[in-house]
Amino acid sequence: MKPSLKLLDYSILQQCMHCGMCLPACPTYDATKKERHSPRGRIALMRAVADGELKLSPAFADEMSYCLGCLACQTACPAGVDYSNLLETARAEVQSAGLNQTFTSRFWRTVTIRGLFMRPRLLRFVGRLLWLYQRLGLQTAFRKIGLTKLLPKDLRRLEPQCPTIATKFSPQLIRPVESQTKKTHRVALLTGCVQDLVFSDINRDTADVLLANGCEVHTPPVQPCCGSLHAHNGEATLAQVLARRMIDLFPPAQFDAIITNAGGCGNHLRHYGALLAEDATYGPLAKIWDTKVRDIHEWMMEQDCRTPRAGLGDLTVTYHDSCHLTHGQKVTKQPRELLKLIPGLKLIELPEANWCCGSAGIYNITQPEQAEQLLVRKVGHVIGTGASVLATANPGCHLQIAHGLRQAGSPITLLQPVTLLARAYRKER
Amino acid sequence: MPLADSILSRLREIVGAENVLTAEEDVIPYGFDGTAALKQRPQAVILPLDTSQVAACVKLAAENKIPVVTRGSGTGLSGGSVPSDGCLVLCLVKMDKIISVDATNLTVRAQCGVITAAIDAAANKHGLFYPPDPGSMKISTIGGNVAENSGGLRGLKYGVTRDYVMGIEVVMPDGQIARFGNACVKDVAGYSMKDLFIGSEGTLGIITEVLLKVLPRPAARRTMLASYARMEDAANTVSAIIAAKIIPCTLEFLDRMTIGCVEDYAKIGLPRDCEALLLMETDGHPAAVADESEQMLAIARAHAAGDIRVAQNDAEALQLATARRSAFSALARVRPTTILEDVTVPRDKLAEMVAFIAEVAKKHKLLVGTFGHMGDGNLHPTFLTDERDVAEMARVHDALEEIVTRTLALGGTITGEHGVGLAKKPWLKRQVGDNSYALMRQIKHALDPQNLLNPGKIFD
Repeated sequence: MKPSLKLLDYSILQQCMHCGMCLPACPTYDATKKERHSPRGRIALMRAVADGELKLSPAFADEMSYCLGCLACQTACPAGVDYSNLLETARAEVQSAGLNQTFTSRFWRTVTIRGLFMRPRLLRFVGRLLWLYQRLGLQTAFRKIGLTKLLPKDLRRLEPQCPTIATKFSPQLIRPVESQTKKTHRVALLTGCVQDLVFSDINRDTADVLLANGCEVHTPPVQPCCGSLHAHNGEATLAQVLARRMIDLFPPAQFDAIITNAGGCGNHLRHYGALLAEDATYGPLAKIWDTKVRDIHEWMMEQDCRTPRAGLGDLTVTYHDSCHLTHGQKVTKQPRELLKLIPGLKLIELPEANWCCGSAGIYNITQPEQAEQLLVRKVGHVIGTGASVLATANPGCHLQIAHGLRQAGSPITLLQPVTLLARAYRKER
Repeated sequence: MPLADSILSRLREIVGAENVLTAEEDVIPYGFDGTAALKQRPQAVILPLDTSQVAACVKLAAENKIPVVTRGSGTGLSGGSVPSDGCLVLCLVKMDKIISVDATNLTVRAQCGVITAAIDAAANKHGLFYPPDPGSMKISTIGGNVAENSGGLRGLKYGVTRDYVMGIEVVMPDGQIARFGNACVKDVAGYSMKDLFIGSEGTLGIITEVLLKVLPRPAARRTMLASYARMEDAANTVSAIIAAKIIPCTLEFLDRMTIGCVEDYAKIGLPRDCEALLLMETDGHPAAVADESEQMLAIARAHAAGDIRVAQNDAEALQLATARRSAFSALARVRPTTILEDVTVPRDKLAEMVAFIAEVAKKHKLLVGTFGHMGDGNLHPTFLTDERDVAEMARVHDALEEIVTRTLALGGTITGEHGVGLAKKPWLKRQVGDNSYALMRQIKHALDPQNLLNPGKIFD
């Protein structure tokens, strides 16, 4: 059954009482002051499609694509509208109607979403090639002699933002099962896709923090993508395939918690129940799965995370909330509390900490102008705090803001809260 | 009849092409405001940037007999900014400059599209505050607040929007610009024309700029929450507090149904086995606040209050206020359609009215939670329903009819702060009487003889 707004439970659309409380929370409405760029306006368009008053049109498709999907509206909404569900359904409908697609966008979509992010081994292989290209100095050389100018326009713009691929991926850093003498919980560690290729050290840090708190950590070397990228971009069927693979790899009943350290993945991982609701075999498992998924900060604070006996010296840190961690998973206090455990660390609150940085999955690729405006705004606030470290807990935000800070010539380093905590534990030795 | 291209191109010349919206994807989201079950697609939406552009658009519309519906952020709860058939919507959110904050004369001058909360934030920088705090203040525009004469939680002590408007600039139905009032506290020159436009719901003119009064920010505040086994005891507590010559800034209540929904939603440990919760707040000089809060607590105890909690600091105050702040959110989640009413009765009739609403809900098998402003008698019976259920909607209508009839019998009003708009139109005549009703229509006709500004609102 193809996802469609007409077939969706109508009460989800009706739940929006168009009170307008989402408007001040929406970055795209803030930028244009036009209703169609607000959550309330988008829901009105979706409802018009469901009611048969509006045909699916390129303008409708554009609007669904212009939405960041940051879900700040869900935090602001007094009526609890499931906007995430509405947006995914609308995007899936746009996708299956084949609207708004150029040859290039279809090509990249096939390569990435249908190709690389369905095949973890292939993704790592491509990552390794990219690493070689960067390591052999080809990237620098190509940039110097201007060869990158030969790239198609879209790639040329993105090339400088291409993250540096890690020398070692997660399996080379984390053994399939690790534990220390005192074991209180058995947990699974999800290593992610971008996190694995670019920030495998953060996965190691996550494992270390879990170990230091008495967890037995299970980290299978080859893990599928969680499917969040697919669900957010209208590929519901592929998202279901990946969810089933994930459940097969990590039978939820065998773990006390399934740990994720990427805000965007975590928000999707918590909703397998709804994604597989019509699957007689996997549906019930997915429900158990949802109850086991924990963001690392959330899990650590639930477990009375141990205060490190050593600190990192005088360190001033500010914290940026990743959208899907704060608005999707409602994890806001825990990363801050976790940072405050570190002796000597001073936490300064970031103005507009939970306003989107413009990364938003692949938004900085699909909507570069709006993404850039949001990035400049974010970087301005970060620099204004005077902190020497910005902590955040999502690889997308991490890459985006690090890129922004480099552009602004700022020396502020970007680290994840677990990395800071892991470093403090290591200082104890 | 669709708009002629010549008119559209003239509008584009006035406000710039990017500020004239005509595509269906652009105009559908302007087809409604915050009111349930009312919608109408406008012909075009215009986003002017200043008063002269508004005047030019209105003049053009008047010359071509095109109706104009003015809109701010579209948060109204009576359908006041729902488009009328074939109209142009003038959306004024881009006129969002605070022109000045005058700490000597205690005034703020602002364009109509400034967000209400931003007015208070600007005043706060000078140790001042703007008291009216409608529930939508984070997004409602000040122009919309003035046009609807919005209220809020502090009405008893601080009054409503009208009490803070010193001057306005208005674009008249023919496109002329008029200014009324000034920064003088005393001004008796001629009719108080500004008062005619405050609360006129966009039917007499378009408010483009306002001069507002602000007050010194109170230095201290104390928050208390008390539970009662009977609504009458809560209401009597309020009466006794006022009889003791204390005017608290907040006296808000929740009924049993609302308490249950809030507890289901926010899980803040509210007692479910009580009929009423009363949130009380006093503000002002620290010594006065300390004295008044002690007296209020004693009065509450003397009126059979059960559990009483007193906030010891700002964080605790916020926690106590959460019960009231989340009332609407908690109710809105229960069913697909939420209809928020605002009948208001004299304070001494409030307990009686709350009991009557609960009876009516039971009789018509409807879910209705009631909360609101106990200090000023303004009730918010909130119907939790489903607009697709025709039979249930008919029962909602019957229940409303009974509630309105009783409200008027008790000497109350059909709307305390939301305005008449479309939603309360059927009952206005019954409340004000034939002569007043005729006079209102005469005034409308005198100012807007072509009936082009927000036609069909307040009366036909």
